[in-house]
Amino acid sequence: MRINRRRFLLSSAVVGGGVLIGYSALKPSNHRRANAELATGGEHYVTSFIKIEPNNAITVYVPHSEMGQGVHTSLPMMAADELDAAWEDIIVEQAPAIDLFANGDLVKGFAGEFGLPGFLTGIVNASAVSIAELMNLQTTGGSSSVRFTGETAMRTAGAAARQMLIECAANRWSVARDDCSTELGHVQHNASGRSLSYGELAADAALLEPPENVTLKDPSQFTIMGKAISRVDIPAKVDGTANYGIDAHSEDMLYAAIRLAPVFGTKLVSVDAGDVLSRRGVKRIIELEDSVAVVADSYWRAKEALKGVKSQFESSDADTTSSADLFAGFERSLAEDKNSKVLEIGDAEDAMDSASDVIEGNYTVPYLAHAAMEPMNCTVHLHDGIVEVWTSTQDALGIKGRVAKIAGVAEDDAIFHHSYLGGGFGRRLPFNWNVIDHATLIAKEFDVPVKTVMSREDDMQQDYYRPAVASNFKAAFDANGEVQAWHNRFTGPIQTPGASHIPYAIPNKSIRVVDGDTHVPIAAWRSVDHSQQTFFTESFVDEVAHRSGKNPYQFRMEMLADHPRHRKVLEVAAEAAGYGENLPEGHALGIAVQESFGSIVAEVAEVSLDTNNRPVIHKVTCAIDCGWAVNPDTVEAQVESGIIYGLTAALYGEITIENGRVAQNNFPDYEMVRMADAPEIDVHIVESGEKLGGLGEPSTPPIAAAVSNGLYILTGQRVRELPLKNHDFSRSTPIAQV
Amino acid sequence: MATFKVNGVEQNLDIEPEMPLLWALRDELGMTGTKFGCGIASCGACTVHVNGNAVRSCVTPVSAVEGAQITTIEGLASVAAGANPSAPDLSAVQQAWIDHQVPQCGYCQSGMIMAVSSLLASNPNPSDADIDSSITNVCRCGSYPRVRKAIRSLAIA
Repeated sequence: MRINRRRFLLSSAVVGGGVLIGYSALKPSNHRRANAELATGGEHYVTSFIKIEPNNAITVYVPHSEMGQGVHTSLPMMAADELDAAWEDIIVEQAPAIDLFANGDLVKGFAGEFGLPGFLTGIVNASAVSIAELMNLQTTGGSSSVRFTGETAMRTAGAAARQMLIECAANRWSVARDDCSTELGHVQHNASGRSLSYGELAADAALLEPPENVTLKDPSQFTIMGKAISRVDIPAKVDGTANYGIDAHSEDMLYAAIRLAPVFGTKLVSVDAGDVLSRRGVKRIIELEDSVAVVADSYWRAKEALKGVKSQFESSDADTTSSADLFAGFERSLAEDKNSKVLEIGDAEDAMDSASDVIEGNYTVPYLAHAAMEPMNCTVHLHDGIVEVWTSTQDALGIKGRVAKIAGVAEDDAIFHHSYLGGGFGRRLPFNWNVIDHATLIAKEFDVPVKTVMSREDDMQQDYYRPAVASNFKAAFDANGEVQAWHNRFTGPIQTPGASHIPYAIPNKSIRVVDGDTHVPIAAWRSVDHSQQTFFTESFVDEVAHRSGKNPYQFRMEMLADHPRHRKVLEVAAEAAGYGENLPEGHALGIAVQESFGSIVAEVAEVSLDTNNRPVIHKVTCAIDCGWAVNPDTVEAQVESGIIYGLTAALYGEITIENGRVAQNNFPDYEMVRMADAPEIDVHIVESGEKLGGLGEPSTPPIAAAVSNGLYILTGQRVRELPLKNHDFSRSTPIAQV
Repeated sequence: MATFKVNGVEQNLDIEPEMPLLWALRDELGMTGTKFGCGIASCGACTVHVNGNAVRSCVTPVSAVEGAQITTIEGLASVAAGANPSAPDLSAVQQAWIDHQVPQCGYCQSGMIMAVSSLLASNPNPSDADIDSSITNVCRCGSYPRVRKAIRSLAIA
């Protein structure tokens, strides 16, 4: 693979005789400006992903957040492999939150190439920001880090550096570049056996212009990519030294507990603090527009004191709203075709009229909280005209700018302190501001660091939720029982265009979205719209298969003649799961497939009912075509993770609204899959060699439908509303399988 | 005054007797390896050992651990090593967590490792049912299949 993007390759010297080589979507002019502003102590930053020092230490800067998805390992693997470095010599560092490392611009670059990633489309739609405004993000989301930053920036920087080091060695030895080779951080002259380490060449390399053309390796040349390399972040995560945002600590730190308006969008009216200010450790009661906070010298003291603070919030039209009202509103919207937008149009309506048989299915899913293990938190310290911020975020640069603005200091006077994220799942993407804004406003009242922590209850009741959705389907069949039309109306808003589309060769499709706005704040939730839409479409496709008198696997294979990658993952998953073979008594297999974030995933769930007629998921067999695998163990881990995350939603996940506010409080009433519920998971990576697909999200969408489709075979009951915990499977009759 | 030992070091803290051990560790002692997850003993992120037994520190008042020996994730390996100077830097459970690449975001894993260490100390060869009933910690990244594999690798057949 050859690419020509010279204006994006840059290099320069560093103190002590090293070189920095990088790739940037920033124009060199911007880059020089940034460099001039950032240069300190004679050290010049360059858009730098790779730094090579004289002792051959090689540092790779990663401009993405590590939230367990393994990017602090997989991205450096891509750079190191193209560089032909020894993996043992690689030092991984989180890139600082400065605009030099903005990847929003990179995203913009990709927008032209691949289309705007879905998760960013959601941000654009939800907040009316333009693509240009995404420039100052440093975002991790949309399963994008490896396939975008890795494929372009990391590999290109590594390959460019390698070519420059070869040129230096060839010049020093007065030999042809083609007679030199690289291995394990050294350039060799093959004929004479001479060898120089990259470190010995780094000072010379800093004097070169980056190459005009960069040649990336063919997969057959990979030495690091494709191997199951141990993650660099794991050792700190087993001995308690890993630092999360919530772990920010100093001796003089204060802590804030906060109560936000329980009904979304309402304002604080009055506060009665009682004797709270006289309690041990309590410093201040702070009233904000939509909340009241207690600041104390320990989080526990602040939290306990807040219980003694009485507060009144303004009344609102939403005060009596319940989930039943919201879903009734969805039904009205569907019936009225309210603000309907056409997503796909065929002659489905005509086909319905002339059909021999029409089936219908009306589906719903509830709101869902993210429930990341690390409760939302943010520490802010204003002092000496600057502001420092510590928080776990999927967008360090965006947060830095936001905090600076609220704190009233210039962005250049804001310092962001990175940490690991105790889970992201979309909760820590930009525009989920509530903890950040409040923490900053509270900290403005003090000259010491103030850590604002949401309790688990706050976190659950003040989330930005996966939208509740209602989706109505019809399918029409001709006299031969062949499906002729697919008709789908669902409630928006859409965060991921295309998630409702199906790949199946049904002649006529009509898909429309109608207005589904409510007062409940929404955001991206792992796999965004794919998680709801795949439950809907892959369940209703299953209904269509059964009505056609066809086996659900065979039906999908027949209807996917033009989608060989879909067929392949279905075939691999079905075969590995023993589809069509004898199962233990009382077990059944359900199947589903979905393409999302550039990867195609098929899942087969083996299910049964326990003695209380509750669903048991014994095993999930998954085949994923993500193009190829940079780190196969990370691929498997992400697939396992996405399946369990989706399974929690399928079995238990339900946020309900009562009196305008969230009814659930904590894990006992927002239950999670734990060890006892967790199935065995068998992951098969299908290497198609196609473009890299994402990994953080694509295994989440199919699981709910795979489980429900298995339960249908087992019980004859078609699950059209999640979660499964609300269904009574006690009177079940297995269907006759085709 | 609350008095207890944390990882072998005596601590005397002028704090309220009802302050949960979790916040004494995190905010008073600055030992942040033990995590806050739910505050109601539901998720297990805050699990520590009190006199060798796994305890959810978010609901354990310091008055209940007066004079006790507390072990946190930071001290797990040194407690396991005892007086043996050539013991490895990690306990067997911690090493298994690396070998099986268990953690993802890692936030729940301090508690998970403390819970599993306690289980294996009392039941060196747990069945799947034993694991299911004793390890009830929440992991939102879904590391459960790897937790099970790692426990199995440590079980004494």
